[in-house]
Amino acid sequence: MTSNDFLFGVIPYVVGVLAIIVTILRWRMRQFTVSSLSSQLLESRKLYWGSIPFHWGLSIILTLHFIALIIPQAFELWNGAPLRLYLLEITGLALGLWALFGICVLIWRRYSDQRVMTVTTKSDLLVLGVVLVQIITGVWIAIGYRWGSYWGTAVFVPYVRSLFYFQPNPDLVAALPWVLKTHVLSFFAFLAVFPFTRLVHIITLPLQYFARPWQKVVANRTPSTPDFEPNTTGGSRAPVVVGADDSRV
Amino acid sequence: MRVRAQMSMLFHLDKCIGCHTCSVACKNLWTDREGAEYMWWNNVETRPGTGYPVGWEDQDHYKGGWKRDKKGKLKLTLHSKGGGVAKAFYNPSLPELEDYYDPFTFKYGDLFTGPAQEQQATAIPISKITGQPVEISSGPNWDDDLGGSDTYAKNDVSMQGVTQEVRAQMEELERVVMNYLPRICNHCLNPACVGACPSGAIYKRAEDGVVLVNEDKCRGWRQCVSACPYKKVYYNWTTGKSEKCILCFPRMETGQAPACAHSCVGRIRYMGVLLYDADKIEEMASSPEDELLQAQMDMILDPNDPQVIAAAKASGIDDGWMDSARRSPVYRFVKDWGLALPLHPEYRTGAMMFYIPPLSPIVSTIEEGLVRLDLPSERRDFELLDELDKARMPVQYLANLFSIGDQEPIRHILKKMLSVRSYKRRQSVDNAATGQVDQATIDMLADAGLDEQMAEDIYRLTTLPTIEDRFVFPPYHREVAIEELNDPLSAKGSTGFGYLASPKRGA
Repeated sequence: MTSNDFLFGVIPYVVGVLAIIVTILRWRMRQFTVSSLSSQLLESRKLYWGSIPFHWGLSIILTLHFIALIIPQAFELWNGAPLRLYLLEITGLALGLWALFGICVLIWRRYSDQRVMTVTTKSDLLVLGVVLVQIITGVWIAIGYRWGSYWGTAVFVPYVRSLFYFQPNPDLVAALPWVLKTHVLSFFAFLAVFPFTRLVHIITLPLQYFARPWQKVVANRTPSTPDFEPNTTGGSRAPVVVGADDSRV
Repeated sequence: MRVRAQMSMLFHLDKCIGCHTCSVACKNLWTDREGAEYMWWNNVETRPGTGYPVGWEDQDHYKGGWKRDKKGKLKLTLHSKGGGVAKAFYNPSLPELEDYYDPFTFKYGDLFTGPAQEQQATAIPISKITGQPVEISSGPNWDDDLGGSDTYAKNDVSMQGVTQEVRAQMEELERVVMNYLPRICNHCLNPACVGACPSGAIYKRAEDGVVLVNEDKCRGWRQCVSACPYKKVYYNWTTGKSEKCILCFPRMETGQAPACAHSCVGRIRYMGVLLYDADKIEEMASSPEDELLQAQMDMILDPNDPQVIAAAKASGIDDGWMDSARRSPVYRFVKDWGLALPLHPEYRTGAMMFYIPPLSPIVSTIEEGLVRLDLPSERRDFELLDELDKARMPVQYLANLFSIGDQEPIRHILKKMLSVRSYKRRQSVDNAATGQVDQATIDMLADAGLDEQMAEDIYRLTTLPTIEDRFVFPPYHREVAIEELNDPLSAKGSTGFGYLASPKRGA
C-alpha cells in the first residue's frame, strides 16, 4: 500500500466511521456537552467582525461543495456559458476571502482578549488550525488553479463516488498537486476532530424551530385530558409528555 | 376553558427594606459556581435606577418581550423564526458582560503572605473569569440607595412620562426618594424566552408553571437572554448553556418556600397557587395596550367558582391543588383585594409575579430651616387619600412600572392601602378604648372599595402573617410523578437520579 492509498483510501473511512459513531454516542450519552460554546457574552465587538464572515462564508461555500459533489450536472450546466463560470468563480473566491478574513479576526480575538483566552481550550485551537488550513488551501486553489468549479467535478466526483460505493480508487487523486491534496486531507482532519470538538454544534442547526409553535409546555405526569400530546425527550430519560402550544401565533 | 395552575409569588414592596438577603440566599444555593458568578436569579434594585443588568427595561436596545403588530397579531420583538436562526452566529441584542459586571473576588491570600511593611496589607480585587486584577466599576447593586443620583436615577427608562416638574422635585436633595424592587424570573404565561429558543430547550412546566431550561437541549444560541424583557435568563460562559431562576422547584416539591422567599427578612414575599385559563393566553397577550393589564388580571380564575372547579377537574388538576388555590395568599391580594399588579405588563409575556406598590411619605419642603409638609394646615392626619400627587414616589413612576403608564390602577391600590392604614389607626390609636370607628371611617373604606372585614384581613395578612399564611404550597405528589417515569422495582437498589456526568464544559 502506498502512502497515497493510505491517505485517500483508508483514512476517509476511518474518519467517516469516527464522525458518525462518536457523534451518535456523544449525542446520546453526553448531550450536555453539545453547545455552540458562544463567547459573545465575554467579547462582542471583535466577534461581530469575525463570526459573521466566518460562519456565513464557510457554510455557503461548504454547501456549494456538496452540491458540486452530489449533483455535478448542475455545475456543468451552469458553467456552460463562460460569463456564468466567471461569476461563480468570483463569488466562490469572494466567499473564501470573506471566511479567511473572519477566521483571522477570530484567531486574533482569541489571543488578544483576556477573557476569551480564559475560555479557550486546546480543542478550540485545534479546530481553528484545521479550518484555517482548509480555508487557506481553498483560497489558494481558487487563485492558483483557476476554474475549479469546472475541472473539479471531473476530478473529484469520480473519487468521492468511489468512496461512497466502497470501491475506493485513490489513484484518481494521486497525480494532483499537493495543495489540492492538502485541501482534501484537511477536510478529513475536519471530520476526524468533528465529533470530539465544538464543531459538533453544526448538526444542531435548529431547523425544527420553524416547525414548532412558539410556546412549549411539558408535563411530568400523564394528564387525563388531551391538553398535551404524548411525546418522548431525547437521551436515556423516561418518557415525558410534551405539551401543545399555548399561543399559536 | 383549559385550567392550569401557576405557582406565583407576591412582593409587598411596602415592606421591602432592601437588605439583599434574598439575593444572597439564592446565590449561595444556585449560582455560586464558575460561569454563574455574575448571575443574580434574584436581585434587588433601587428605583428609580437602572437596575441589573444596566438599563434592562430599554427594549429599544435589548428587544425583549412581545409586540402587537398593526394587524393585531402577536410577534416577538427580537426576531421572526428565520431571523432567530440567522442571527445564531452573532446576536446584536445580547447584553455584554459590561452590562452586568466582571465578577470579582479579592486576593485574600495576600493578607497572609504579603511582606512585612509599614501599612496593613490589602486584598486587591481580581476577576473571577481571568484571575487578573480588575478595576471594579459596576456590580449587581452598584447603584444601591442612589435614588436621586444623576448617573442612575436619571437614566431609568421608567422615568419617561414623568413630568419635568416632578423630576425636578425628585432630584432635589431634600426630596430624594427611592424604593426597592426585588426581582426574580416572572415565570410568565407567554414567556418570550421559550418563544425565542431555536432549540426548543426552554419550556413551561404544566403542573406549576415554572419555566425551565433543559440543559441537555440548550445549544447556547443565546436568543433567550435577549428575548426575556426582564433579563432573567443568563448565559453560563463556561458550560455554554443558558440558566435561569427555577423558582426553587425542588424546594416547592417538598413543601418548602423558595430560598429567596424563605429567607426574606421583611417577610415581604407570599406564595400560592393561581389558576388561569390557558385558552385565553394568546388573546390576552395580543390585546391592545389599554386593555392589556385588565386582560391579564381577568385571566386569573376564581377557585371558588363551581364552573372553574369543574373545568379544573376536567383539566386534570387534583383536589389538593384546588384546596391550595382557595387558600392562596397571592389570590387574596391580587384578586380578592385587588392590591397587586405584575411588573411591566406591556411586555406582553403575562408575568406571574405580582407586586404591591409602595406607599411613600408626603412631599415636604424646607423653608427657613423648618420642614413644611405640603398639606393643608387643618389636616394633620397624614392622609393622602385625596392628594396622592403629594406622595413622594410619583404615581406616574409607579404606573410606568406596574400599569403601562395608567395612573388609575395605582391610585386605586394606594388609596386602598392608605384607607386600611387610617382605619387601623383610628381603631387602635384614636379609639383604642372601644376599638370602634366612626361612620366617616367606614365610608372612607367603602370609598376605596373595602369593608371592615376586608380591611381587617388585609391588615392581618400584611402585618401579622405566620409562615403558613405566607406560603401555601400544594401537594406536588412527586412520588406519583416519579412512579410514572421510573419503575420503582427496576430502579430498586440504584442510587441517585438526574445527570450521571458532572455538567462540565464540552469541547
